[in-house]
Amino acid sequence: MAIGDQNIKDLNAIRKLIKQHKKNDSIFAGVGLFVIATLAVALLVLFLDLVIDGYPKMNLDFFSNFPSRKAEGAGILSAWVGSSLVLIVTFFVAVPMGVAAGIYLEEYAKKGWFADLIEINVANLAGVPSIIYGLLALGLFVYEFGLGQSILTAGLTLSLLMLPIVIVSTREAIRAIPVHIREAAYAVGATKWQVTLHHVLQYAMGGVLTGIIIGMARAIGETAPVITIGALTFIAFLPPSPVTDVVPFINFAWLDAGFTVLPIQMFNWISRPEHAFHINAAATGAVIIILTLLMNGIAIKLRYNIRKKIKW
Amino acid sequence: MSKTKSTVSKALAKNIRRNFVERLIEWALMLSGLIAILITFGIVFILVTESIPFFEVVSIKEFLTSTIWTPNFEIKNYGILPLVAGTVTITGIALLVAIPLGTITAVYLSEFASHKLRETVKPILELLVGVPTVVFGYFALLLVTPLLQKIYPDLPTFNMLGPGIVMGIMIVPYIASVAEDAMRAVPMAMREGSYAMGATRFQTAKTVVMPAALSGIIAAYILAISRGIGETMIVAIAAGQQPNFTFNPVESAATITAYIVSVALGDLEHGGIGYQSIFAAGIVLFIMTLSLNILGQWTRKKFTERY
Repeated sequence: MAIGDQNIKDLNAIRKLIKQHKKNDSIFAGVGLFVIATLAVALLVLFLDLVIDGYPKMNLDFFSNFPSRKAEGAGILSAWVGSSLVLIVTFFVAVPMGVAAGIYLEEYAKKGWFADLIEINVANLAGVPSIIYGLLALGLFVYEFGLGQSILTAGLTLSLLMLPIVIVSTREAIRAIPVHIREAAYAVGATKWQVTLHHVLQYAMGGVLTGIIIGMARAIGETAPVITIGALTFIAFLPPSPVTDVVPFINFAWLDAGFTVLPIQMFNWISRPEHAFHINAAATGAVIIILTLLMNGIAIKLRYNIRKKIKW
Repeated sequence: MSKTKSTVSKALAKNIRRNFVERLIEWALMLSGLIAILITFGIVFILVTESIPFFEVVSIKEFLTSTIWTPNFEIKNYGILPLVAGTVTITGIALLVAIPLGTITAVYLSEFASHKLRETVKPILELLVGVPTVVFGYFALLLVTPLLQKIYPDLPTFNMLGPGIVMGIMIVPYIASVAEDAMRAVPMAMREGSYAMGATRFQTAKTVVMPAALSGIIAAYILAISRGIGETMIVAIAAGQQPNFTFNPVESAATITAYIVSVALGDLEHGGIGYQSIFAAGIVLFIMTLSLNILGQWTRKKFTERY
């Protein structure tokens, strides 16, 4: 009889314990959902605030006007042209180099200290703060190489930042391709480079593209390294046009020109005390955010589709 | 006979060209790989050579121990400690925000959320990692600080609290994403074993999954600290550019990164001591982030080796 009582007591204690733990479970589930919802709402409010603040400026004039001392007439013409030209340089430097380095590490490099050394360096470069790249560019490109505070310098600087992203995504994309694709090509007499170029790279293209888009999106928004190399914040002229009407129809004088970029223009307007400039800053911020979110969104969607579609 | 010979020699000739091109391409690819090493050496080389003249004027002892940083005053003082204090304080605030929120998000997504919710939230987290920091700087200065001033009216326009909080929000997706990956990598069998013993999901997460993924989670924290220390635009915009030796979050203070930006915005006199001082500050920043990154990668590697 006494033992039975004890059992029931134990049973009740256990039930209580189970109840308590189940309660903890649902409490945490509630907290987790609350945290995610709060973050989502907070970020939504932040972005909406930006778009609403900047909305009055969102018109064609804003894109076709130079910055000005008067906030009302000021626009981002020189900034978006500058950003575009800088990105062209970045693209043509970082993409070939990054893809080549990725191919080398995955397809060519023999396991050993040299491949390890490159690998460690790539991993560390991805974590170096962007402003350090700015200092490197200031010392190396601006003064050692004498490139000055030009579009070329900025493009090279941002390509340094983009390089690890392109290398890592190229490697991941190549690694996902099964060996039998390569073996089939080798079997019909293709050389290593033919295998790589005609087969491996073709299949890896989607993954490589994802990395390139994410890298470019990052380059659009980077501010610190471009400020560090001494980019001007107030530019009321355009660099020489890359396309001309005389043969050979392209000229490279723009590489040498002074410039500003979208995030620096935004930074400049934020730093002013007058509220009217803050509206301009918000509008510029909205442009940057929409551009980067759009690009990142495309890249993520692309990656998702590749993962889903490919079945070897 | 002669026919065979000519085919062989033709094939051979072709092979030489083929091999040569192949070799050339391999060398070109290797040179691109070499760039990664060259950049690292370039960073170290430039930081060291550009700041050597600085350390000829300012002793390393003064640089590391003096608590006054007044490069623009009549009597110039170059003690890095105020900038380090600002950096540490703001990063500390950011971590106070980001570690709890990021960890809860990661645990929830990994152990509680339905497949559908996880597949929706994860890409959004990745999306947020890509938001440019200058935009977060705008939020810190023009949205969060004014809000904080309503609660605490004495808060100056430039302070460390606002940018710290915003930096924390910026880091949350990063911690959540990396920590969630670590927890997802814990084998299902371990969870099933725990459930079979009658443990709830929260108990399983707390006593089985998190300890198993601990090194991955800690790596996420370490890499987040490194990001916070290197973050530039939020602090340059919203924390002020006055070097103060203080850990008080409601005061304004400059960080290492903010100092570099403020000097770069002015007229840089190449070879002047102001120019050299940003490279000296850069060395401190580089060493701090590099050691954290190496520590973080090492921790993460240890974790992947176990399963």
